[in-house]
Amino acid sequence: MSDKKLKITINGKKALCGKDETILDAAKKAGVRIPTLCYDERLEPYGGCRLCIVKVKDVHKPQPACTTRVKDGMEVFTETEEVRRLRKNILTLLLSNHPNDCMTCEATGNCGLQSLAYEYKVDGKRFAGETWDLPIRDDNPFIVFEPNKCILCGRCVRICNDVVMAGTIELTGRGFDSLPDTAFGKPRSLENCEFCGQCVSTCPTGALLDKKGMGKGRPYELTKVKTTCSYCGTGCNFFLNVRDGKVVKVTSDYDAPVNQGNLCIKGRYGYDFIHSSERITAPIIKKDGKYVEATWDEALDLIAKRFAEILAKHGPSSLGAFSSARCTNEENYLLSKLVRTVFKSNNVDCCARV
Amino acid sequence: MAGLATSLGAGAATNSLAQMHDIDTIFLFGSNPTEAHPIVSIHLKKALKKGAKLVVGDPRQTWMARRADVWLNLKPGTNIALINGIINVILKKGWENKEFINKRTEGIEELKAKVKEYDLKTVEKITGVSQDNIVEAARLYSQAKNGMIVYGLGVTEHNSGTENAMAIANLALVCGQIGRPSTGIMALRGQNNVQGSSDLGPLPATLPGYQSVKDDSARAKFEKAWGVSLSSDIGLKSVEMLDEAIKKRFKGLFILGEDPAQTDPNVHEVRHALESLEFLVVQDIFHTETTKFADVILPGASFAEKDGTFTNGERRVQRVRKAVDPVAGKAEWEVISEIATRMGYPMHYDHPSEIMDEIASLVPIYGGISYGRLEKESLQWPCPTKDHPGTTTLYRPPGNDNALHRPVLKAGRACEIYPPGPETLRRNCRKGISLHAYYRPDTRALQ
Ligand code: SF4
Ligand code: SF4
Ligand code: SF4
Ligand code: FES
Repeated sequence: MSDKKLKITINGKKALCGKDETILDAAKKAGVRIPTLCYDERLEPYGGCRLCIVKVKDVHKPQPACTTRVKDGMEVFTETEEVRRLRKNILTLLLSNHPNDCMTCEATGNCGLQSLAYEYKVDGKRFAGETWDLPIRDDNPFIVFEPNKCILCGRCVRICNDVVMAGTIELTGRGFDSLPDTAFGKPRSLENCEFCGQCVSTCPTGALLDKKGMGKGRPYELTKVKTTCSYCGTGCNFFLNVRDGKVVKVTSDYDAPVNQGNLCIKGRYGYDFIHSSERITAPIIKKDGKYVEATWDEALDLIAKRFAEILAKHGPSSLGAFSSARCTNEENYLLSKLVRTVFKSNNVDCCARV
Repeated sequence: MAGLATSLGAGAATNSLAQMHDIDTIFLFGSNPTEAHPIVSIHLKKALKKGAKLVVGDPRQTWMARRADVWLNLKPGTNIALINGIINVILKKGWENKEFINKRTEGIEELKAKVKEYDLKTVEKITGVSQDNIVEAARLYSQAKNGMIVYGLGVTEHNSGTENAMAIANLALVCGQIGRPSTGIMALRGQNNVQGSSDLGPLPATLPGYQSVKDDSARAKFEKAWGVSLSSDIGLKSVEMLDEAIKKRFKGLFILGEDPAQTDPNVHEVRHALESLEFLVVQDIFHTETTKFADVILPGASFAEKDGTFTNGERRVQRVRKAVDPVAGKAEWEVISEIATRMGYPMHYDHPSEIMDEIASLVPIYGGISYGRLEKESLQWPCPTKDHPGTTTLYRPPGNDNALHRPVLKAGRACEIYPPGPETLRRNCRKGISLHAYYRPDTRALQ
């Protein structure tokens, strides 16, 4: 196995790359952006959309950067007039059968198609041809499918089959009528789908959407806060999307060391509890057998007073604390410190099992 | 009571999840990751796509079992017999890793003698697994370039979790499938911060970082930092606190984020104990069975409402970040500090990052961790110093790594492989001979 680096040039600039790299990988490393639509780093390259075509010197036809491996001495040009024209043609075709309702589309600002149309100045009016007019599929609690916006990039189908291996959706039908759909067009349900939302996370357009986040804000109106999932010990990272003090959506963090943007139903859709109306919102004190709301000062004073009394009267062995495997490291540490320094015993245990 | 959780409580996976892609043989035991740990299963599926062999030990015909090269459909509760049977086959056929055994372990003869009882016929009878499947599983795992054992808690019986872990450790050691990337043992657990909450020592016998309350020098270090003298008496476990409450000797309890009145196997006893307390404080985000017994209920902050860290099952310390304000205005770390302060022990932190700095100064395995570093890099403990890159693979060969994670494998009283800390080891020791491995941080080098 040789680790020898291959030398190529991209737009005249030298780049070193490994032998298993594609032109797209090499360009990314060199900071050169090549447009893509069917590419997702979580998936095997597919070579379907042809948006990533580039000119390779001494090769007659433009080559898809996502599937073409680098060769020593290769000279790559990513922005020739020819490849730009071809990309524009592809985009024009895609937009000719697209609703173009970006004004109200949920994906505006986060849509691969929209940003490429902007970049290549394609408005979709020129070759208006036969268009789809299929009903929106809003038939389950988590995922909305708007077939008219599908560009058949196959990403949803590939992530569902190759990464999640759930086999929920397939490209069904042929040619103009093909669509990513469930078997027999049945609604997604827990019987045929994991509701991991992986398909939504990879869709480059507004065809697949997180239902719970719809209408709650455009990407640029949301503040993204990177955090770690609170459900299981895998420790996936994701972004909480916040608007006006409310978590309205969870989106993927592709740099996450554990999950690389992948999530399960709990991490992606299990955030409702944060703003549940059943949350305890104020300290509560039992007074004469009845629970009454109290201020923090009242509650904390009472706690300190009662614990101190018990400690004085019955000694350190009479006080203790249970901690939880759901709390943060810092909380667990502090609780342990409280017991050891203030309660003066080692009566602290984590009562989690499993 | 919580035998299994206790025995695995101090457990830590030996490797990291991302290494799963390069496994050659996956030995999945008692775990259904497709349902319980979907993202782990995504990593395993990637290995399968790359051609990894799959051995599944599970009575249930799970997704993974259906795709396994060998499905060991053992009768529930017969894990140890099955694993010992596999070890016996490996030793008989000469499939063990002799070099690894000689260099890194002791006690092989005792183990050989012990697993001899588990001949194929006997094991088939006990477990219901066919002899051919046992041999094939032994071959696939022992002969793989990189074999990893991934196990869950699905089929491990509650009273022998420790023996299970020991048997699994023996299997990995005999084959030398440990201490390299894409090998080792990964235990999949439930709650998000099982690892961190055992690392940071809300435990009756250990100070944060698995440092025994009996260890004078460890105590002295904490006494100096905390400015008080500390008890060297091992504290009460949660069950014991509850027992003592019923006997009216234990009077006051603070429960943070747990619901023993609902989740404990002996709910009746627990409820009786909670009723018997003189003063109970419960902090949680929702009302639970347990809050019904509280004298004071405090509102908790959800993970979206506070800063902090969780440590995942592969020892990776990761940030939790505040996205919205706590519903009731205070997060748990503030509440604990205020209680301490009101009881005459001033505790003040401006931000949880300061708590992590304090942890780093007292807990060697977290010694190099800070919020500043976590902004830029991802760290798995042990990470003893500010320039240490963290540790993806535990038990690497000596000389290959610094003293902190040099494994000590030796014979004698069998102990589980799960690191670290003498107290855990003592608690988990069982009579019987087998190999054992434990992780012993050389804390002297760090101070
Ligand atoms: S939610 Fe997950 S399982 Fe369901 S269709 Fe999408 S990718 Fe497939
Ligand atoms: S639904 Fe989205 S991801 Fe799936 S094929 Fe259509 S555009 Fe691509
Ligand atoms: S997203 Fe799913 S697999 Fe990942 S940590 Fe959360 S619950 Fe676990
Ligand atoms: S991104 Fe290369 S063909 Fe679609």
